[in-house]
Amino acid sequence: MLSEDLKNKYTVVIGLEVHAQLLTESKMFASDAVAYGETPNKNISVITLAHPGTLPRINKRAVEFAIRMGIACRSQISRYNIFDRKNYFYPDLPKGYQLTQDRTPICKGGAVTVKTSEGARAIVLNRVHLEEDAGKSLHLAGEADTLVDFNRAGTPLIEIVTEPVIRNADEASSFLTEVRKLVRYLDICDGNMEEGSLRCDVNISLMPAGSTVFGKKVEVKNLNSFSNVRRAIEFETERQATMLERGEAVASETRTFDANTGTTAAMRTKEELNDYRYFPEPDLSPLIVSEEWLQRIEAQMPSLPEELYQRFTAEYGLSDYDAQVLTDSKGIALYFQEICSKTQNYKAAANWMNGPIKGSMNERSIEIEDFPLAPEQIAALIALVDSEKVSFSVASQRIYPLLLQNPKLTPLAIAERENLVQESNQDALLPIIQEVITENPAKVAEYRKGRKGIIGMFMGEVMKKSRGKADPKVANKLLQQALEQ
Amino acid sequence: MKIDKQTLQKIAHLARLEFEEESAEAMMADLSKILDWVEQLNEVDTEGVEPLTHMSVEVNVLREDLSQEPLSRERGLKNAPEKDQDYFRVPKVLE
Repeated sequence: MLSEDLKNKYTVVIGLEVHAQLLTESKMFASDAVAYGETPNKNISVITLAHPGTLPRINKRAVEFAIRMGIACRSQISRYNIFDRKNYFYPDLPKGYQLTQDRTPICKGGAVTVKTSEGARAIVLNRVHLEEDAGKSLHLAGEADTLVDFNRAGTPLIEIVTEPVIRNADEASSFLTEVRKLVRYLDICDGNMEEGSLRCDVNISLMPAGSTVFGKKVEVKNLNSFSNVRRAIEFETERQATMLERGEAVASETRTFDANTGTTAAMRTKEELNDYRYFPEPDLSPLIVSEEWLQRIEAQMPSLPEELYQRFTAEYGLSDYDAQVLTDSKGIALYFQEICSKTQNYKAAANWMNGPIKGSMNERSIEIEDFPLAPEQIAALIALVDSEKVSFSVASQRIYPLLLQNPKLTPLAIAERENLVQESNQDALLPIIQEVITENPAKVAEYRKGRKGIIGMFMGEVMKKSRGKADPKVANKLLQQALEQ
Repeated sequence: MKIDKQTLQKIAHLARLEFEEESAEAMMADLSKILDWVEQLNEVDTEGVEPLTHMSVEVNVLREDLSQEPLSRERGLKNAPEKDQDYFRVPKVLE
């Protein structure tokens, strides 16, 4: 590990490029389907395969998804857009160029707010632009050839590019977490890093602390998990600092990360010779985003985690922690909101969410979307406790598990069926109390001599005889009255 | 603008084209001539003129996001010089 001294001697400068696959039905410029895990070359078209004489056509929904991201990040939306060809040869890109937006990214600027140990910080974006994904090459060991699957080729992507303002692995990781949360809330990407729907490249350089001149930048490609992003940054920070300490020059290059060893290695220089020769794609006419179109997209924007957090803390009076946990995933936040539309006891709703419900989800390894109970039933459970018909512990430990097995029943029906409704009726409680007093004459005498503490023992007996149904408050009062007589 | 040997080689590499060594001089001369000819355009004052990227006045030629199976695997693979079951087979590219 890097010593503290060395760490303080250099400032780390990091910029991220995040690629997010858009959740469209069809590809960016053709009507073949977008689907993960299909058999090879199932989703292809003459456009995807770059047959001569074919013309691409822009997917409207992909444009709207990119604009949603821009609105969420408060970017400036480009009204006039063209696409550019990025030229390079690789077999998973049959056209010999990737269609992307070089000159006119659909979203310019904006920011994503991340939570760091020092508080909230806005990570400023350079741009968000639209482009198409490439196919997948399969290099088999011992084989002379490469096999290519074009199912992924042409899948719409947004590339989110930050300014070089990220300072360490923690911030990079928080940024990725927030981006993933955002694209999921916006329903534009499933955020699944293992399947490659969300991928990240890291640009990283070091400069002496206090300097304003950036050092030579290294790009680490295709990191497919949060932990690999973190490990790559930590490794590069250490590698570059060590080189600078020795007086060696850091080469500006592209490196790949090896997840097995946790190290990075330079890619072959041949790939470094890339000269993309961008130029406007003549086959796609310009894309103009009218005020009316933009307003329509704005009107359809879903609630964002930040807005829900504000509502949960300000309107529902939840703690910072509760609000944070409840807005982590969109499904949870919306489910919680549903409960809150049926009850006024928001704190109880938060406790049910963060306690029993999350517990059941973990136990069954399910998402909230597959949770068997409707939000109304949780609201009904809360109402049952609030009306003092059952205690919270009876509700959560007895009724709730039965409700999970019988999601069609109401909590009250279960409470009645299982005879769990608290006895607050004095007529029902008095005989029990009388019985307890008659059975324990010695204890009664002790109590009357001043050992008031043993009322707990009487309460225990009352609860036992009522099989837990006695309303503790009422029973306590009646018991006291009976003992003082 | 003069095209030198190095630039010629770079252009050939980027386009993945090979050329006979003895034709290099002639090609350098030709390419330089083409560039000189096009360079005349630089004499026009384009101050304040937006670059023309498209010849047509058409804008927003969009498609709705609907998927089909526009091309079956079988037909798609039909024209492939080499195939391997469901895959296209190409010369190995991994160094």
